[in-house]
Amino acid sequence: MTGKLELDPALVARARELARRAGQPVVDLARSHTTVSVERAVLRLAGVTGADPDGIPWVNRLVDAVVADVGLGHGVAAPVFEALDREGVTDVTLLAQKAAAGSVRFSQPTGKAATAARRAARRAVAAGIRQVDRRRAERDRLVKRYGDPKQRPWIYLIVATGDIYEDIPQAQAAARAGADVIAVIRSTGQSLLDYVPEGATREGFAGTYATQENFRLMRAALDESSRELGRYVRLTNYASGLCMPEMAALAGLERLDMMLNDSMYGILFRDINPIRTFVDQRFSRQVHARAGIIINTGEDNYLTTADAVDEAHTVTVSQLLNEYFAHEAGLADWQLGLGHAFEINPDVPESFRLELAHALLARELFPDAPLKWMPPTKHMTGDVFRGNLLDGFFNLVGTMTGQGILLVGMMTEAVVTPWLSDRDIALQNVRYVLNAAGGLHEDFVPAPGGFIQQRANRVLGEALDLLERIGDQSLLTAIAEGTFGIMKRPADRGKGLDGVARHEADYYNPATEILEGPAA
Amino acid sequence: MSAAQTGAAGADKTIVRPYGDTTGDGMVQVSFTLPVPHDKRAEGAAVQLANRMGIDPAMLVHAKPIGEGFTFFVVYGRVNHLVDLSAVQVVERDFPLLSAKEVNAVVKQQLRRKLSVVGACIGTDAHTVGIDAILNVKGIAGEKGLEYYRELKVTNLGAQVSVPELVEAARAEKADAVLVSQVVTQRDAHLHNTREMSAAFREALPAGKRPLLIVGGPRFDESMTGELGVDRIFGRGTTPGEVASYLVHALITSKKVKA
Repeated sequence: MTGKLELDPALVARARELARRAGQPVVDLARSHTTVSVERAVLRLAGVTGADPDGIPWVNRLVDAVVADVGLGHGVAAPVFEALDREGVTDVTLLAQKAAAGSVRFSQPTGKAATAARRAARRAVAAGIRQVDRRRAERDRLVKRYGDPKQRPWIYLIVATGDIYEDIPQAQAAARAGADVIAVIRSTGQSLLDYVPEGATREGFAGTYATQENFRLMRAALDESSRELGRYVRLTNYASGLCMPEMAALAGLERLDMMLNDSMYGILFRDINPIRTFVDQRFSRQVHARAGIIINTGEDNYLTTADAVDEAHTVTVSQLLNEYFAHEAGLADWQLGLGHAFEINPDVPESFRLELAHALLARELFPDAPLKWMPPTKHMTGDVFRGNLLDGFFNLVGTMTGQGILLVGMMTEAVVTPWLSDRDIALQNVRYVLNAAGGLHEDFVPAPGGFIQQRANRVLGEALDLLERIGDQSLLTAIAEGTFGIMKRPADRGKGLDGVARHEADYYNPATEILEGPAA
Repeated sequence: MSAAQTGAAGADKTIVRPYGDTTGDGMVQVSFTLPVPHDKRAEGAAVQLANRMGIDPAMLVHAKPIGEGFTFFVVYGRVNHLVDLSAVQVVERDFPLLSAKEVNAVVKQQLRRKLSVVGACIGTDAHTVGIDAILNVKGIAGEKGLEYYRELKVTNLGAQVSVPELVEAARAEKADAVLVSQVVTQRDAHLHNTREMSAAFREALPAGKRPLLIVGGPRFDESMTGELGVDRIFGRGTTPGEVASYLVHALITSKKVKA
């Protein structure tokens, strides 16, 4: 699948080098800061569970209590485990309850007490990470037993009823109808909640809350489907928004298979503070790497606000940055579901050839990444007949360019949340195209020097220009100035900034220590 | 699209029926799913439903089992309902459509300062496509957004803005108009959010100081302005030019006429 575009390997190498140069300062920033959500994720791995009667998780109450006494910059692990020892409590959740009641004070231990607290914290977190490891081994076993989908791309479908007990039969029906990956859409606005809700959701808002219990229920249901269908059905959710690190930890603990996890989406589309996002993202990606979770990045979103032809190179740039951040966090190529989308205005002449050029460019730049191919949304008008045709062409590009994961387009996009019949028609569309043209990529070789090759090389050139410019002024400045998706997001603004702290000299995070150490 | 065009075949007729391939044939096509397994009885049920919808005779052209215990149907047929065009009520555009140049000229000559517009998606709605299409320079379908208008000062607060934040921003920017976009409509969220927004502005600012309140989104009924407490509702397919023209009309030209 390489060499169809005659890309200059020197230019490709140069693009990666520039992405590294742009991303390096951000990684340095992430390595020297922590956030309330990173610390809560550490405590979740250490075994804190449940929520108070108002539904505020005990991890939030505990981190808030520690921050009030000693601040965030030391990390909460040492103060929490020092208090655990001092109070003679064995259970961290119990300590959280006491802390919430105001009966425990926290201090940053020093000397021998610090060494002991760190050792105890590391032991507790290691137990959580061992659970993540067991879940990964369990997935490997089940994939071996039931097998992967027979075809590429994997067929990815969304459910979003707001009630996990409605989502489950819909997801199982979708799997029976051919879906290989099920994504449960979150309740609108969850990305801006600074806590992870608890328990099974019966009433979400345009989606179902991502909670540990919902993860568990849906994974168990899809295990049933996998058994029934003789192929392992994967489950997707979101490691995004203000609780990205905790979502990653919960996903690892409950054996989710894919997580939406973009390096810049929260900054651009949810106005989350850039530093908060980059710190949270690095930790969440380290967890994903360990858990064997495939990430899906969100480049498709840029094209919903920016023009898909003029701004095609920003997708390439973002893919290169996402790849750099992912590799740095320990993710392997097979875990990189780099995103892109079929969003060119269908009235543009040669729009289909342009889509082919862009999709093939992504394929050739990232030959070992699965690539997540996203359907048209922006030019879905409510004319469902035209929409169905557009989705057919989208599916055709997907198979002609060897995309790894295909999110099934709905002709009722922008009209209603998909009906049962919409989903059936959409899957019929996918099946027809894969059945009729599944091997077309073998014959599809763009003419040397022709339209598609020229277009792909031009987009790569524009991506290089943009990366050069970012290199001169830093990625944070580029984001502040609205380089991606037109939105301007300065580093000192946005939601969640008050939950960020620079590391003190004695900062300790046992999870990072384990995740950055040699694999078990 | 006007009455005159629709009724062209029967000059001046205001009573119309659907058109398949012959004037007056009344042909429509519908599709739906019934929660029954596919069999003869399911097909009969689909025809019966179509009959009750006023489709008679109904031709069942497609029936397909989907999932367990569901069947999808496509029905063609003649509908016996009529529409009286003279009784149809819609909100017609009651202001002249101006070009960007004309809008700028009117603001410059008659307002003699920049016209301040504050826009946002309020509540939990994160869908900024609507507000961005109207406000961003990029605009929509080749038509530039309000940021492109030299005489308009645009502040786009983006997604998931709380009502108090919006009121505060409107005050700080001395907004002449506030544009709110609402796409998510589950449990009538768009209506609740809009009422909350208009109530907050009524509470925070005296009548003369209140900015023009405008909401837009694909699922609004354009005739509900009174009920929602806003000055104008824009529905599906609204362009930045229409919004700019309305702003000039409501804030400048119509005021002059009254005065």
